[in-house]
Amino acid sequence: MTTTTRIERHHYDVVVIGAGGAGLRAAIEARLAGKKTAIISKSLFGKAHTVMAEGGAAAAMGNVNSRDNWQVHFRDTMRGGKFLNNFRMAELHAKESPQRIWELETYGALFDRTKDGKISQRNFGGHEYPRLAHVGDRTGLELIRTLQQKIVSLQQEDQREFGSYDARIRVFSETTITELLLDGDRVAGAFGYYRESGEFILFEAPAVVLATGGVGRSYKVTSNSWEYTGDGHALALRAGATLINMEFLQFHPTGMVWPPSVKGILVTESVRGDGGVLKNSDGKRFMFDYVPDVFRKQYAETEEEADRWYTDPDNNRRPPELLPRDEVARAINSEVKAGRGSPAGGVFLDIASRRSADEIRRRLPSMYHQFKELADVDITAEPMEVGPTCHYVMGGVEVDPDSGAAFGHVRGLFAAGEVSGGMHGSNRLGGNSLSDLLVFAKRAGGHAASYADGLAARPKVAVHEVEAAVETALAPLQRDTGENPYTLQQDLQAVMGDLVGIIRREGELADALVRLAELRERVAKVSAAGGRRYNPGWHLALDLRNMLVVSECTAKAALERQESRGGHTREDYPAMEPKWRQVNLVCALDGDTVQLTRKPLPKMRPELIGLFDRAELAKYLTDEELADFDALVADAGEADNR
Amino acid sequence: MSAKRQFRIWRGDETGGDLQDYMVEVNEGEVVLDVIHRLQATDAPDLACRWNCKAGKCGSCSMEINGKPRLGCMTRMSTFGDDETVTVTPLRTFPVIRDLVTDVSFNYEKARETPAFAPPADVAPGDYRMQQVDVERSQEFRKCIECFLCQTVCHVIRDHEENKQAFSGPRYFIRAAELDMHPLDARTDRKEYAQAEQGLGFCNITKCCTEVCPEHIKITDNGIIPMKERVVDRRYDPLVWLGSKIFRRGETPQTSVTTARQGSATPGSARGGVHSHAGGSHDSRAEAQAQSGVNWHREVPHPTAPAVDDRGKLPLTELTFDRAAAPSPFGDDVTFPLPPEHLNFAHPEQDNKH
Repeated sequence: MTTTTRIERHHYDVVVIGAGGAGLRAAIEARLAGKKTAIISKSLFGKAHTVMAEGGAAAAMGNVNSRDNWQVHFRDTMRGGKFLNNFRMAELHAKESPQRIWELETYGALFDRTKDGKISQRNFGGHEYPRLAHVGDRTGLELIRTLQQKIVSLQQEDQREFGSYDARIRVFSETTITELLLDGDRVAGAFGYYRESGEFILFEAPAVVLATGGVGRSYKVTSNSWEYTGDGHALALRAGATLINMEFLQFHPTGMVWPPSVKGILVTESVRGDGGVLKNSDGKRFMFDYVPDVFRKQYAETEEEADRWYTDPDNNRRPPELLPRDEVARAINSEVKAGRGSPAGGVFLDIASRRSADEIRRRLPSMYHQFKELADVDITAEPMEVGPTCHYVMGGVEVDPDSGAAFGHVRGLFAAGEVSGGMHGSNRLGGNSLSDLLVFAKRAGGHAASYADGLAARPKVAVHEVEAAVETALAPLQRDTGENPYTLQQDLQAVMGDLVGIIRREGELADALVRLAELRERVAKVSAAGGRRYNPGWHLALDLRNMLVVSECTAKAALERQESRGGHTREDYPAMEPKWRQVNLVCALDGDTVQLTRKPLPKMRPELIGLFDRAELAKYLTDEELADFDALVADAGEADNR
Repeated sequence: MSAKRQFRIWRGDETGGDLQDYMVEVNEGEVVLDVIHRLQATDAPDLACRWNCKAGKCGSCSMEINGKPRLGCMTRMSTFGDDETVTVTPLRTFPVIRDLVTDVSFNYEKARETPAFAPPADVAPGDYRMQQVDVERSQEFRKCIECFLCQTVCHVIRDHEENKQAFSGPRYFIRAAELDMHPLDARTDRKEYAQAEQGLGFCNITKCCTEVCPEHIKITDNGIIPMKERVVDRRYDPLVWLGSKIFRRGETPQTSVTTARQGSATPGSARGGVHSHAGGSHDSRAEAQAQSGVNWHREVPHPTAPAVDDRGKLPLTELTFDRAAAPSPFGDDVTFPLPPEHLNFAHPEQDNKH
């Protein structure tokens, strides 16, 4: 080993891994609790993927419609997640979101306003009332900037008090954590490297908060940034924590697949609502072949009828392009697999030949400008190439709802934001991610601080573990026989995109597991050219093993769950099964292999289940659960009569 | 449709480096960042380059493309000629770490020095009330994605390492402006702070920052000029100045004038002429705004023409600028103290005479 043994050491009370919305909010809370806190950011400070959130942050403040309250928000969230959500998380989220949003204003956030000067709220899919606090279409950026500036203001306080900005809260930007270090079953620290210099860094800390975001980089077409390699998911697994709901990924059926400059970017559904049609490589408008029997009555059978609907919706049936999301995705998938896809592996979404350029520009201004500016694609002149794009992972670290502490056999580990699981069940509502990360990051940061307080003695980092971590990190640089990490990433993305994508089948999932096992061996031998200084090839080589283990979790859980629900669609099991609603699939690591176990969902408290209609519950619950519900209602009725 | 294109990319680190030539496949509809990614996946796996969202929203992939500061993800290949060589270099104002990655910690230091939002003491969370029209002014500046293109293009620090200590740069001027215009910010000295501590006076409004801003923030017109103008009004307004001389009232805000720091940034070339109301912007609209915002009943002298090139723009870099360093923030046509004949003094009874 050459020049490798120099390791910078730091002592902190709480180390927060991830500097997106969740990471920053958790760090603020830990620092406010008086703990010496480190924030680890894979990118520069303030560049997290949170900036991509456009819609807003859902919080039942009732500023626009005063009938909104936490109970309604709770109901919407559970419905959106198809009742697989951890009810306690959904409850806390609905109750605490408004305070978390208001708090941001005291940090300097400037949301759009209502006429009477309150925070404006907008409508969004799945939310009963206008609920999303927003700033135009850049709410995520406002959130990141606000939290970033709050951290700066805390550093300024420390500068006045202690003479150093970094006295109690410090941001380690462009730093990647590769291992969590344990002392028995307790977190003792975290090991990683500075991306800029390639130098190693060791944090000794009794409490670690994971806030690393999602896993989308394992997919060929994704709206996620390079950072989304499932680091937190993998770190948690290797430290002995568990993941739940990993089969649930949110895909959008029409993301751009070409040109590469906009690959993954969402094409809003209103393109189809305003006359856009889907065509295959033969130029055929294929959606008419994919109308399921249950929808037959509501959807047009001929192109003529479908085209009349846009101007006369009362006397004509809807065009089949407007079928539900998963039906459209399934149809696109089938066309591509039958060899009738576009050159880039999608299908054509054509609005150019159907509407005048002026009309398109008038009705879809932001779509038009986005593609014009980013890709020089003129959607008024040529069809778009679209396909399903990976957007968000509902699954993640299984946590205690109140504290964010990870389950499994590890203590001192917390998780918040996209990396944690349970809150969104099988599908996330738009706007719930920003409020989710604020609510649970505050909790995780606070509980990490009090956990650190409660320790009698600090866990110790074992020297041999650090040595092993150094060796693992340097291995790709020292091999020159292995494959290029970029090739491996492309192969992994191909497996996940083609076989564990939006529509899943048993045979393909089994095939995916075989291929992932092959990839595992190739990834173990990956080699990276160049040195340690800002070497993206090396960085990717180290991220690959995280992407791989998380992909294995997703594939295994997707194979196991024999139903379709939310972000998990099985072509061979197209219906939602009440029996499966009672089950969470939990992933753990045994040595190197992913172990899957079934775990019953916690039972909702009577006053919460009482918020729903029986007719609605009947769609989700088993007969026994419904009988319980009836008994509950009867009891309540009797109590009222007395 | 794909073709091989010539790229010249700067490779190296703080010890030195040079431009290296690559022939790389470019497909229709790609941006410069796509091409860099292809290079990483093929010829140059260790080519260092920052990026994140690839949608123009995070401001990570800042680089200089054919000499102009741009975002790699927002620069389409179709904007270049078919056989044009594309030269990509790291941001010039900041020290190189490796290849296209520079050490931008200067910006984070300046961010830490800028006083944070001061919440109003007596307003509880949830009770903040602001009108949309009032928050919109600050919201424009909060669109900033911190790509630091305005910082790298600013000639005050682009080739003047010595100015870095005293000058925060356009990004932090609009941060100060944003807080200044925040309806509920409890501090009242944002402008004075910008002048005294951030080096606002160094800025001579060449608008290069506005020109490179990928978010199209009107950094100069909406941020810097209004700030300068009001500082100028308080510090240099002849009426106020005369008043304080005659009546010896030291009531006007006394900000420390950082003349010592200004050094080469204020050559004070004396070409005569008249005082410009909009801080030497030579911008007729800014003049008009300055007039309508502060009605001092002055007669506006005709401003001198700006030193623009044949495209009607001010020179982007100092290499092509006709002076050795940045001109005076109040216009090169102004010397201090103002000659009496140029004082635009409004007599209290002036209106009555008209």
